[in-house]
Amino acid sequence: MDWVSAVVQGTLLGGLYALFAAGLSLIFGVMRLVNIAHGDLIVLAAYLGLSTTVMLGVHPFVALLIVMPAMAGIGYCLQRGVLNQTLGDDILPPLLVTFGLSVIIQNALLEGYSADPQKMSAGTLETASISAGGLTVGVLPLLTFAIAVAVIAGLQFMFYRTAMGRAFRAVSDNSDIAQLMGLNKAHVFGVAMAIALAVTAIAGILLGVRTSFDPSVGGARLIFGFEAVIIGGLGNLWGTLAGGVILGVAQTLGAKVDPGWQLLAGHIAFLIVLAVRPNGLFPRVSH
Amino acid sequence: MSALLSVSELQKSFGAVVVADASSFDVAQGEAVGILGPNGAGKTSLFNLITGSLRPDGGAIRFEGRDITSASAAARCKMGVARSFQIPQPFVGMTVFENALVGATQGAGLPAAEAEAHALDVLHETGLFAKANMRAGSLSLLERKRLELARALAAKPKLLLLDEIAGGLTDAECGALIDTIKRIHAKGTTIIWIEHVVHALMAVVERLIVIDFGRKIAEGEPKAIMESAEVKEIYLGIAADG
Repeated sequence: MDWVSAVVQGTLLGGLYALFAAGLSLIFGVMRLVNIAHGDLIVLAAYLGLSTTVMLGVHPFVALLIVMPAMAGIGYCLQRGVLNQTLGDDILPPLLVTFGLSVIIQNALLEGYSADPQKMSAGTLETASISAGGLTVGVLPLLTFAIAVAVIAGLQFMFYRTAMGRAFRAVSDNSDIAQLMGLNKAHVFGVAMAIALAVTAIAGILLGVRTSFDPSVGGARLIFGFEAVIIGGLGNLWGTLAGGVILGVAQTLGAKVDPGWQLLAGHIAFLIVLAVRPNGLFPRVSH
Repeated sequence: MSALLSVSELQKSFGAVVVADASSFDVAQGEAVGILGPNGAGKTSLFNLITGSLRPDGGAIRFEGRDITSASAAARCKMGVARSFQIPQPFVGMTVFENALVGATQGAGLPAAEAEAHALDVLHETGLFAKANMRAGSLSLLERKRLELARALAAKPKLLLLDEIAGGLTDAECGALIDTIKRIHAKGTTIIWIEHVVHALMAVVERLIVIDFGRKIAEGEPKAIMESAEVKEIYLGIAADG
């Protein structure tokens, strides 16, 4: 039963990893941009959530109403003001610039919030649990997983069923032709980053409610996100969710064997997938 | 007649290669104009300059009386300039219907329901309706050429630029294409057509412009142009002797 429980916990943890990864996956899919600052943007969202809850005295989930639009706005401005200029045939400039951004965000957070670990309080939600058939599951992890599924489903719908999604796919497919069809590439990329960072806001708040965080934890979130994206297969959002789940299950099973093996087990699962299926488990059907 | 498109003293070169050398011409509202010229004469570059994919070194392009020389490609499409490519470049990961829908939503700026209806209309018009849900990447060459036309039409262009759309087609296919283009023209769309298949061009256009080395060398009524000694010599080369 313990092992079943570990698998369930790991699956639910995978929902959080999928949320870390979803924005990364969207950005890479639309503009082939690898955002090294993604983890730090998640942490930034957590701090924005913390400030909002402290200043307004609201529940962290209510803070989302402010943090999501704020992160989306930051995303749009960041893309149009900085990142669009780095995109081109050379993949190095966006890597360097987002790496620099990562350093800047970390240091700005250190300056503004200090290195002390912080945590957001979600009240009774944090300890609430439900039992079914001998399994006890926390409400918060369950909710996190449900939100991850809803976010992925929403992104999937947006990508394949809306005009904005078609614009994303057209620009990603052939940006020169897309511009001749009336699409403003700079704006489309800005909107993609805005949506990605709105998702990042959700991930940041859930991170901050689940565990304590400090300005230096972004790097690990970036790695988890990357691993989930790559395990699932690039460009496949449901695959990203599956990748998050595999990573989460590997970590909790590893921790079950020996608490010190948690992260190692996750990385090993990632390396095995990379060795056996370099394109991930569910790569998007090639055309 | 007022000029829909007015190109004046357009200048563009890539190093020593001149693709537009002080070209000037007007295209009137509702006209169908053919452009002839040997390979490398600067025909496709001219389209790239008109659509905004290339920036001219000098000169001006006016559309509906407005100077669009520095307008972005996307803005020109929204104003009503759309083109097809000689080598089809569909959005390969999207369906045929979605390809047309991008033009209808973004280029023509139609709301969702109207855009879908219009995209279906142009797929009917171009004979692609049966393929609407296929991935554009899986189409044959002929179908891709039709999709080029469909996508351009979906943007509801006032000015339609066709780049060698009849090349590589059988006579029957070419005949069908000529009928389609005539219908589009009859509905009031202004057309500029670059084509090596001269009989197709002659069946549709009211005026011919001949360019060579980026320079306009002849312009006028199609029959007269084709018979002029200068065109025979420069464009048809040895055919002038025969």
